[in-house]
Amino acid sequence: MSIYVDENTRIVVQGITGHQGSFNTLQMLKFGSKVVAGVTPGKGGTEVHGVKVFNTLADAMKMEPNATFISVPAPYVLDAAKEAIYNGIDLIYILTEKVPYQDTMEIVNLARKMGKTVVGPNGPGITSPFKSKIGIMPNQIFREGNVGVISRSGTLTYEIVDQLTRAGFGESTVVGLGGDPVTGLNFVDVLSKFKDDSQTEAIVMVGEIGGTAEEEAAEYIKKNIRKPVVAYITGRSAPKGKRMGHAGAIITRGKGTAESKIKALEEAGVKVADYPYQVPSLLKEVFK
Amino acid sequence: MNLYEYQAKDLFKKYGIPVPEGKNYEDLSKIDWNKFPAVVKAQVLVGGRGKAGGIQFANSSKELMEKSSQVLGMTIKGLKVRSIYIEEKLEVGKEYYVSITLDRSARKPVIMATTEGGVEIEEVPDEKIKKFWVDPTVGYSNFIGRQMTFDLGLPDSEGKQFQDILAKMYKLYREYDAELVEINPLVITKDGKMVAGDAKVIIDSDSLFRHKDIPENAAERTELEEIAYKRGYSLVELDGNIGVIANGAGLTMATLDALTLHGGKPRNFLDLGGSDDVEKVVGAFELLKIAKPKGILVNIFGGVTHCDTVANGIVEAKKRVGIDVPIVVRLSGVNEDIGRQILKENGIEAYSDMMSAVEEIVKVVNKQ
Repeated sequence: MSIYVDENTRIVVQGITGHQGSFNTLQMLKFGSKVVAGVTPGKGGTEVHGVKVFNTLADAMKMEPNATFISVPAPYVLDAAKEAIYNGIDLIYILTEKVPYQDTMEIVNLARKMGKTVVGPNGPGITSPFKSKIGIMPNQIFREGNVGVISRSGTLTYEIVDQLTRAGFGESTVVGLGGDPVTGLNFVDVLSKFKDDSQTEAIVMVGEIGGTAEEEAAEYIKKNIRKPVVAYITGRSAPKGKRMGHAGAIITRGKGTAESKIKALEEAGVKVADYPYQVPSLLKEVFK
Repeated sequence: MNLYEYQAKDLFKKYGIPVPEGKNYEDLSKIDWNKFPAVVKAQVLVGGRGKAGGIQFANSSKELMEKSSQVLGMTIKGLKVRSIYIEEKLEVGKEYYVSITLDRSARKPVIMATTEGGVEIEEVPDEKIKKFWVDPTVGYSNFIGRQMTFDLGLPDSEGKQFQDILAKMYKLYREYDAELVEINPLVITKDGKMVAGDAKVIIDSDSLFRHKDIPENAAERTELEEIAYKRGYSLVELDGNIGVIANGAGLTMATLDALTLHGGKPRNFLDLGGSDDVEKVVGAFELLKIAKPKGILVNIFGGVTHCDTVANGIVEAKKRVGIDVPIVVRLSGVNEDIGRQILKENGIEAYSDMMSAVEEIVKVVNKQ
């Protein structure tokens, strides 16, 4: 098994003719993902890397997609996501960064009511090697295996996954939550899926400063997770009140520090790495 | 983006939220205020200005000029006071608190109110704070204000005013993509009127494309951060001496943490972002040249950003920007072999693992 995406994931790319849309369509196809359609208003009837392009998502539904990759400029994300919700798409992945958080808030609350899943915005997506990937993670870092990974970053996730793979581990599913203050999935949502996933035998969490999602995860782990969890938290050296690249990576009014997250996770029995390159050795310990 | 009090109060006026009569001045000679008693308030984007002497009272024109010249130009927590807001002094009866902000965990706006205002909300015990989470797909409705009025136990005379203010605050919060709309204190004057004593509004900077009427406040960025921002870089200045260039916000933060844990002091956070462009790399070195570090660590995990592009950028930067401090490079990921080869031909050894590079730069810089 794996979570969120697998062989049955059929992807439509909203914004397929843009630079990001086109590039990542090719990469997803190379990875083995089923990209079944693309949407760009006014470009219907053309093709991108052999994928048919439609003017509207309603037209593209004849290709029976169940997941969408949204890669449109930030001002149009709310509209594109609503188009996906109206058309009954189950999994809505948003690549775009700098989406106003109130738009995201509306999308996420709407999707939840309709029983749909939102991933992102501003994250690398989800990869289940080598069943499917929706997103932008580099193809060559994965090996299929039993470690589930959840992360708030992009590049740092690749770094850690690459090290896992080089150390002989493999991944069940890697989930990028996104770097914004509001995201469709939080740690707890994904932990609850890994809990019941038979392929996943250990979990790696990559968190960062800002918000309290890691503390909530720690609480959840304490009560519900019997699989070993290893974590790494960035931002120990970050000054207060400054956005560290990600819109969500900010310590506000003393809340959201790395210390508080590390403490909560350790109290929940999670092994917390000081450096990203310690993650594989900590995993080896828990697997003993 | 934080708004100054005078900007926030302008927005309040626009939405019909009662504020004391007031005016903003950047120049002492322009002061034409004649309503007393008056308050002179330093316009700075940090808390605690009262304690720092940034709020003064005046009963006459003469006193007003004295106080104004004290406050204008003073420095509060490192920030220079560039304007003062003069307003009528309220006859304070009681002080409440009300705010609307994002609850990240709930992914919903939360309204918070308490009758124990006038202090930092963090100091108010949780059971004294009444909260309501608004479903953004349903929106605000007047019952919310009514419900909070009962929860807070407000008398009828205050309830109507409170409900009116809250509805207007929510409208402002949504229409201006605010991260925070806060009134603290929410003053009840001795004659029973509810007025916003202070006003704090933070606008989501990702939403500024649809709020052209809000001028961008550069005040929260340092000079170097402002230059970087205008050139399209995400840079945060720190007070150390090791310049950092990395890709991805998470990896960049991890680099700073690793440096710190190894006894190094990072000079900055600089994320190259998801680009694959030699010029973007050269531009990053141009920024670090301004920052004057004692050494530079480049930490790249190649994905969208290819290692050979970064290598070419470093070589270009050495030629064109004139970097004369030691550079330590770590390249891993897409095209790492080509990247390392390019650097080697130009006399730079690149590491493949992050730990060795971090240790090396700390050693090199601390030796100086």
